[in-house]
Amino acid sequence: MKDFEFHRPSTLAEAVALMKHKPDAKLLSGGQSLLPVLKLELAEPSDLISLAGIKELTDIRADGDKVAIGALVTHAQVHESAVVRKLVPALAGLAGWIGDAQVRNRGTIGGSIAHADPAADYPAALVALGATIATDRRKIAADDFFKGLFETALERDEIVTAVHVPAAKRAAYEKFAHRASKFAVVGVMVAETSAGVRVAVTGAAPSVFRVPAMEAALAKSFAPEAIAGITVPADDLMSDTEASAAYRAHLVGVMAKRAVQSALR
Amino acid sequence: MSGPQGIGAPVKRKEDRRFLLGKGQYTDDILLPNQTYAVFVRSQHAHAKINKIDATAAKAVPGVLAVLTGDDVAAAQLGGIPCGWLVKSKDGSNMVEPPHPALVQGTARHVGDPIVMVVADSKAAAKAAAALVEIDYDVLPAAGRLADAIKPGAPVVWPDAKNNVCFDWHIGDPAATDAAFKKAAHVVELELSNNRVAPNAMEPRAANGSYDGANDHFTLYTTSQNPHLTRLLLAAFTLHVPEHKLRIIAPDVGGGFGSKIFHYAEELLVLWASKRIGRPVKWTSDRSEAFISDAHGRDHLSKAQLALDANHKFLGLRVHTYANMGAYLSTFAPAVPTYLYATLLSGPYDFPAIYAEVKAVFTNTVAVDAYRGAGRPEASYLLERLVSHAARQLKIDPIELRRKNLIKTDQFPYQTQVALQYDIGDYQSTLDMALEAIDYKGFPARRKATEAKGKLRGIGISTYIEACGIAPSALVGALGARAGLYEAATVRVHPTGSVTVMTGTHSHGQGHETAFAQLINERLGVAIENVEIVHGDTDRIPFGMGTYGSRSLAVGGSAIYKAVDKIVDKGKKIAAHLLEANVSDIEFKDGNYRVVGTDRVKAFGEVAFAAYVPHNYPIDSVEPGLEENAFYDPKNFTFPGGTHLVEVEIDPETGVVEVADVAIADDVGVIVNPMIVDGQAHGGLAQGIGQALFEEAIYDEAGQLVNGSFLNYVMPRAADLPNFKVGNHVTACTHNPIGVKGVGEVGAIGVPPAVINAVLDALAPLGVTDISMPATPEKVWRAIQQAKGA
Repeated sequence: MKDFEFHRPSTLAEAVALMKHKPDAKLLSGGQSLLPVLKLELAEPSDLISLAGIKELTDIRADGDKVAIGALVTHAQVHESAVVRKLVPALAGLAGWIGDAQVRNRGTIGGSIAHADPAADYPAALVALGATIATDRRKIAADDFFKGLFETALERDEIVTAVHVPAAKRAAYEKFAHRASKFAVVGVMVAETSAGVRVAVTGAAPSVFRVPAMEAALAKSFAPEAIAGITVPADDLMSDTEASAAYRAHLVGVMAKRAVQSALR
Repeated sequence: MSGPQGIGAPVKRKEDRRFLLGKGQYTDDILLPNQTYAVFVRSQHAHAKINKIDATAAKAVPGVLAVLTGDDVAAAQLGGIPCGWLVKSKDGSNMVEPPHPALVQGTARHVGDPIVMVVADSKAAAKAAAALVEIDYDVLPAAGRLADAIKPGAPVVWPDAKNNVCFDWHIGDPAATDAAFKKAAHVVELELSNNRVAPNAMEPRAANGSYDGANDHFTLYTTSQNPHLTRLLLAAFTLHVPEHKLRIIAPDVGGGFGSKIFHYAEELLVLWASKRIGRPVKWTSDRSEAFISDAHGRDHLSKAQLALDANHKFLGLRVHTYANMGAYLSTFAPAVPTYLYATLLSGPYDFPAIYAEVKAVFTNTVAVDAYRGAGRPEASYLLERLVSHAARQLKIDPIELRRKNLIKTDQFPYQTQVALQYDIGDYQSTLDMALEAIDYKGFPARRKATEAKGKLRGIGISTYIEACGIAPSALVGALGARAGLYEAATVRVHPTGSVTVMTGTHSHGQGHETAFAQLINERLGVAIENVEIVHGDTDRIPFGMGTYGSRSLAVGGSAIYKAVDKIVDKGKKIAAHLLEANVSDIEFKDGNYRVVGTDRVKAFGEVAFAAYVPHNYPIDSVEPGLEENAFYDPKNFTFPGGTHLVEVEIDPETGVVEVADVAIADDVGVIVNPMIVDGQAHGGLAQGIGQALFEEAIYDEAGQLVNGSFLNYVMPRAADLPNFKVGNHVTACTHNPIGVKGVGEVGAIGVPPAVINAVLDALAPLGVTDISMPATPEKVWRAIQQAKGA
């Protein structure tokens, strides 16, 4: 790990200013993705700006039929939050499935989505539920947020401040975890909201994607049989020693079916 | 059970206190005055000529003290890393033994081959400098995998090894075996692989070398299972320094599983560098470095044939195996797929004829050597897969087929067709015990219940034997070993009655500090709190061969017993004098010397004190003091054996295999500490299940290790495993004084075929007849699709 300057701003405005004026700085929240990157020297930031001291980023609150989750809220907190469990239980369930206990106690929703690991769990939830990501300068719909492999719509110095997640009529997440890393090999969230039915898949491709054919079928009949036989092409899916693209394509169908079954329970 | 701390007592381990408090002293913990740090630059290519090494930028990093290469090693005339076992081919020629310089000279032969050693006054400086070393490579074609290396026209790893063959060896009787197959009513064939695994001990390897210029003396702290063996190899072959000038200390070591037996280049290099720069040099492996520099295990490709008569009795076994050696011959490597493998191919069965051929093959990969089981898991996997396969092909019950062919209790000592003679065993009892423990009769009902959930259920068996307690020196010498395999012990009774035992074995998780103390308690009646077990420091212990091959109790414990015999005998003479009786009238029992038939007694402690304060003492015939040495050379291997049963549940939609139940019954001879025996069984089972379902060190065609990190090398975890049902049936070893056989490796040896047999049992209704280890979810799913004709 190379040397860097460490900053601990106590307000969001200070953090924004620091990021604006230091072009090679990186933001630090839980560090669960950033620290391994630094240890492997895949990035060599000049400055680390820790958001840990900024109180306004640590709240979870109900906001009508939405829940607003501050960027610095940990996965463990999302999982255990009474507010999240009431309004969006599928999200609380998903958060409890991230990594392991140690990762959940430190990793944050803001940090995770800004990193946009293709195998992270949150992208499936945010896209399926039609969430909105709030930053220091604008609001971005989840559909427009995740762009590609480790790539988001965020500008270089933009800071995620909160995630606004609408409640769903019914929703469920099913995950086939990588047996070594515990990341999602395939994770599918199926959600029926006021905006309709969505099926979002993480882990299988370089970025989260929806399956329009499954969405249409479930809109007609929200039942596992409705999507039997709907497949996704393996061509653009990822492959590693644990799961080939063809196997992932198969798992998308299985996990989607199981997510529908869970949502119906 | 003898007493609350003697043989058979589940005494809690003494050494755990310091481990649980975080006060263990591991090699990396040791900080010597003026400590410096070494980092290695390792080859990124599997096979490449080194044209140029430019260390200019590296040397300029502040804090860098030396940047050393193969040229420096050659100029210093350090010896190549030696192989400790010579195997000859069928035609009598010696195995091909390639040179193995400590740092690459000319050509790198595997990813991870060390090319440059950077020494600096901080690890950060050494790492920064290592990143600045520029190496100009000419990349050469690589034989990245065993299957590739054996093909005609494969890239050549060593010019002297035609077709990449290191040796072409055999054992058994080819003519008798051919005859057996000719008259067979049935012949069953199976091709199988034994997957390559990385050892991944929790503690990575480390070495801290220092040189005392005033006394011309070297000290090495190293993560070793056998410090004297390392010292012997350094003295005789690599560092060329006489042994009395070399102190090797293996302090607390966090797991070895075989990977820390071998003399590695880093041990030599830190010692050499420490003299060169005049300061101690410490190297600690990263985990990703460990994946490409620790010796790996297993990696066989085999064809096996079983001949049976009309009544399903085994007539003969024919085996052909290719065994991967890696690019260099590690210390024990040639012995593992030969004398530790093929000699086990009779298993627990009565085989009239066996013939096995083994071709050891070089590849451009890390060296392959012993790993928990070392050859015996490969043998039991082959046999138990083949036998269950035969049962399915012939449509007979796999348990009954085994029962019909197991060696019977009245056939011992049993001479196999592959050199070994088993002293004693009772395979029928362990079979019955395991079947009972898993409730074999209840399996059909459990299967129905699983199927109602939409899943598949299977049960698999392995009846195995193994050979450990290594080894009789003359026997292994005749087979090519370049060292003896006896053990040594010094038992020192202190004037006030406590005891220190110095042993040549090494405890790196096995619990010797407790189990050996229990031996002293058993024999001398001393409380284990008053017994200290010393191991690991060549300055403090007699010459021993270390710990591997489940030898410590059988061989090391027996040496302790022999030394104790001498203690007891000397004590008798002292007691006779104190009790004014004839030596022949003195008996030693329950910690006391007694005149037979009387109540005249001297406690062991009184006798010990008298030995050191010899005022009232038979000084004319008995020397003062109470300390004895013994060396013990075993008469034979020991032969634990047993039955392992595994039940699995498979999700056919995803191929995920869940291990639903494991019941094992082992005969490991006399049990000194049942808690430790259970712990060893559990650990071995975890590693065995790991190999069967989770682990594989995957190389691609170009010799790149594609999963060299815990992100994608799948380790078994506690949550993946059920609570194990472990049982023991004892037939005491007939040829060592304690009657112990050894338990450290039985889990890794017995369970892998039971797991795969269970998977195949579950998938049989779908038409799947074969699957390889590790049976990953995707592999299982594909097997199902293929059987469907999809």
